[in-house]
Amino acid sequence: MRRSIPLVAAALGVTLTLAACSGSSDEPTGDASSAAPELTGTLTVWVDETRIDSFKPVAESYQEETGVQLDLVQKASGDIRTDFVTQVPTGEGPDVVIGAHDWTGEFVNNGVVAPVELGDKAGDFAESAITAFAYDGKQYGVPYAIENIALVRNDALLTETPATFDELVAQGKTAGTPFPVVIQQGDQGDAYHLYPLQTSFGAPVFAQAADGSYTPELALGGEAGTAFAAYLAKLGAEKVLDPAIDGDKAKQAFLDGQTPYIVTGPWYAEAFVEAGMDITVLPVPSAGGEEAQPFVGVQGAFISAKTENSVLANDFVTNYLTTEEIQDELYATGGRVPALTASADKIDDEVLAGFNEAGATGAPMPSLPEMGSVWSFWGTTEVQLIGGQATDPAGAWTAMVTNIQGAIDG
Amino acid sequence: MSTQQTEPAKAGPEPRTPAPEPRRRSVTSHARDVKPGFVVKLVLVALVDALGLYGILAAAAVQSWGIVVFLVLALVAVNWVYFSRRMLPGKYLVPGLLFLLVYQLFVMAYTGYVSFTNYGDGHNSTKADAIQAIQVQTERRVEGSPTYPVTVLARGDELALGIVDEDGHVRVGTSAEPLETLDGAQADGDRITGADGFEVLGLAQIAQRQGEITELRVPVSDDASEGSLRTQDGSTGYVYTPSVAYDEAADTFTDLESGTVYTPSRYGTFTAEDGSRLTPGWRVGVGLENYTAMFSDSRLSGPFFTILAWTFAFAILSVVTTFGLGLFLAIVFNDPRVRGRRFYRSLLILPYAFPGFLAALVWRGMLNPRFGFVNEVLLGGADVPWLTDPWLAKLSILLVNLWLGFPYMFLVCTGALQAIPSDVIESARMDGAGAFRVFRSMTLPLLMISVAPLLISSFAFNFNNFTLIYMLTGGGPNFESSPVLVGHTDILISMVYAVAFESGVKQYGLASAVSILIFVIVGAISYAAFRRTKTLEEL
Repeated sequence: MRRSIPLVAAALGVTLTLAACSGSSDEPTGDASSAAPELTGTLTVWVDETRIDSFKPVAESYQEETGVQLDLVQKASGDIRTDFVTQVPTGEGPDVVIGAHDWTGEFVNNGVVAPVELGDKAGDFAESAITAFAYDGKQYGVPYAIENIALVRNDALLTETPATFDELVAQGKTAGTPFPVVIQQGDQGDAYHLYPLQTSFGAPVFAQAADGSYTPELALGGEAGTAFAAYLAKLGAEKVLDPAIDGDKAKQAFLDGQTPYIVTGPWYAEAFVEAGMDITVLPVPSAGGEEAQPFVGVQGAFISAKTENSVLANDFVTNYLTTEEIQDELYATGGRVPALTASADKIDDEVLAGFNEAGATGAPMPSLPEMGSVWSFWGTTEVQLIGGQATDPAGAWTAMVTNIQGAIDG
Repeated sequence: MSTQQTEPAKAGPEPRTPAPEPRRRSVTSHARDVKPGFVVKLVLVALVDALGLYGILAAAAVQSWGIVVFLVLALVAVNWVYFSRRMLPGKYLVPGLLFLLVYQLFVMAYTGYVSFTNYGDGHNSTKADAIQAIQVQTERRVEGSPTYPVTVLARGDELALGIVDEDGHVRVGTSAEPLETLDGAQADGDRITGADGFEVLGLAQIAQRQGEITELRVPVSDDASEGSLRTQDGSTGYVYTPSVAYDEAADTFTDLESGTVYTPSRYGTFTAEDGSRLTPGWRVGVGLENYTAMFSDSRLSGPFFTILAWTFAFAILSVVTTFGLGLFLAIVFNDPRVRGRRFYRSLLILPYAFPGFLAALVWRGMLNPRFGFVNEVLLGGADVPWLTDPWLAKLSILLVNLWLGFPYMFLVCTGALQAIPSDVIESARMDGAGAFRVFRSMTLPLLMISVAPLLISSFAFNFNNFTLIYMLTGGGPNFESSPVLVGHTDILISMVYAVAFESGVKQYGLASAVSILIFVIVGAISYAAFRRTKTLEEL
């Protein structure tokens, strides 16, 4: 009997445990079978914190209409993209993820996103919104909102805007404010906000095919590119552009009336309107003679390649999100131009209409998987040009093009 | 600065100490030995068992057999150790050992494993996933084909798709039988409501068999080139043709138009003879290539050695400056002639009390060349590029780290100084040694006995001080025209981050290899340094 106490005790512990567990271990199986009649199914949708509030009412109305429960999972906007790529192969990913169109390339390249078929519905959307989610000839996402940057003017300081960027700088200097115009930069640069100026020199990042889709052929080099590089260095030397001005400082400067102009998007314009400022939204004037085209960003929904609810996910994304009612609702809560033409035509907000007009000539941001490195090289070089560290603008720009090409070729 | 300590968490009650005269006890019954402490132990271990068993069931449900095996072994070990009488040291060590296994050894082993693969963008999952993704991505909708409202039907277990054609005829087909007109079927508009031999599936039934439905391909006719009908949402169908075909026996893809054959390469992609590839690829082992890439790939080797040198300089200078200032202040405030020592001492601890990442962010703002407090107020509007000039950025990093780190050194030095017996110092003075001589020959060596291991750990900590670099400069200013996006202030660990996450195309394999290399470097230096401190103790 000497050894028996440990043995008995261990057996007792295990028995207690089994008893404690038997209740909980039964639950999952019970859930699946007994709750089925009422609930047709459950979809897990990943949304980041900037979009979740818009999607909560959508999830509720979808459940009411179809009996399919939408579990909205809030992910941090900085992580959602990477998490989707790493989690989908493990089977832990969501059925649907709400995101931006420029994720498409990375998702397709990693095989984590399933194609969607919009059929004839594609014609009801703004063309740029549809092509934005197309990759290699297939559609991978369904758009619901479009956004782009434009020139925002403080009407209390100036009421007329000239036709070229040089004239605008000269005019801005007469406004008696510390800055003639602000374009946010930051330590790592910001090629996105400088892109309208760059395209006005005729140096888009990639060549575009006839149908508006990008070819992976770099077009930002050459004479047009180096001319733009020299222009950036000039603006930097004149302190019109400054790496020390990041997004927050640019926004604050405009709010404080320290500048008559800012190049920004609807995300800051909302704050300006809320602050009671009188603003006008205009296309960015040309600096290099050609039309200044901003990048257009499109928000939409992707379906996971490994979803177990493929039918429900497709129904939600292609049949429900594409309805005029839902696009109207997402506009009302999200404050971005709807991708559905019928909904977009109903907008009466002057500020958003201004952004919409400025974006009419824009091209979608490329969604090639290599864009991540393109952005970094691009921003780094631009900030070095503006800051004056790159003494030979043409040489720095050409080296950047070589490096981007290297990154794309892998 | 903080040092991480992994003390084994003490779980469970105190073990019972055997009674003084155990030999004779066999006469009495063991049942009398059951004390309250034993009951507590029983309950606690039962709770642990409950948690473990839940984990086992949960892991088994998702078929993670590795976790199941680990949990079973861990539970057996826990029960054995806590109910056995001969495992006294084990009772203290087991919780810590288990956590060490999970949080340290497993993570290290997994990082090591990843470093031998090409895991990263484009090689994200398994080969089966890649084959499936290629098949789905290369399927093309037949040009000009209409949109069909489809109805999902079932004949026994077999699924079928049905459409209503322009003439109002119902046509039904399965994966084996092409679409054919079915007599005796009812339709309401373009939806089928009933068909002989088939059951019309409702939304709830469709929801039960979603995977099967989206995988179903119903040939439009006997001619395979006309494509097949499929539906993704259970209500609308389109006609597709595949553009590549997978041959399972040969494990190759063939382009149906050009006839190009893609065979699996050792880098985990289907590659044609001309070098063109199908995406996505899958994860494969690449041997030592990630390790050799740092030295052989000129795009990496250039920045790698520059960054390696700066990492050493940063870690060594950080330790030297923080220790120097901390020791100096400790000696100053250890002198009884200084008034208000307590006040100053607690004031000096303040930087240590702030979270490092927060302080780094605040410093980043203060060092902003145009709006920062340092330039605007302290230097009266000067335009010093603190964070954008390569050398000034390095200086800024060292200064901020000095600010963050000296209180720790100040604390440990103060403690160590007070532990030095005053009679030893006094006797040195009696022998005629000057203040400096006493410091150099007596105080410092005695101090080093207790402080040297902390200096080593401080070195290891700073070698991997990702937070400071990432928050203060982000590694910038970036190298001009460098093919990899790393900068003048990047240290190895932030280079890992840049390679793994920031460079656009993620390379987890390469990043893991650099991590392992960092581990080897830090481990080797720490080992050598600890060996040397042993000689200090022999003083």
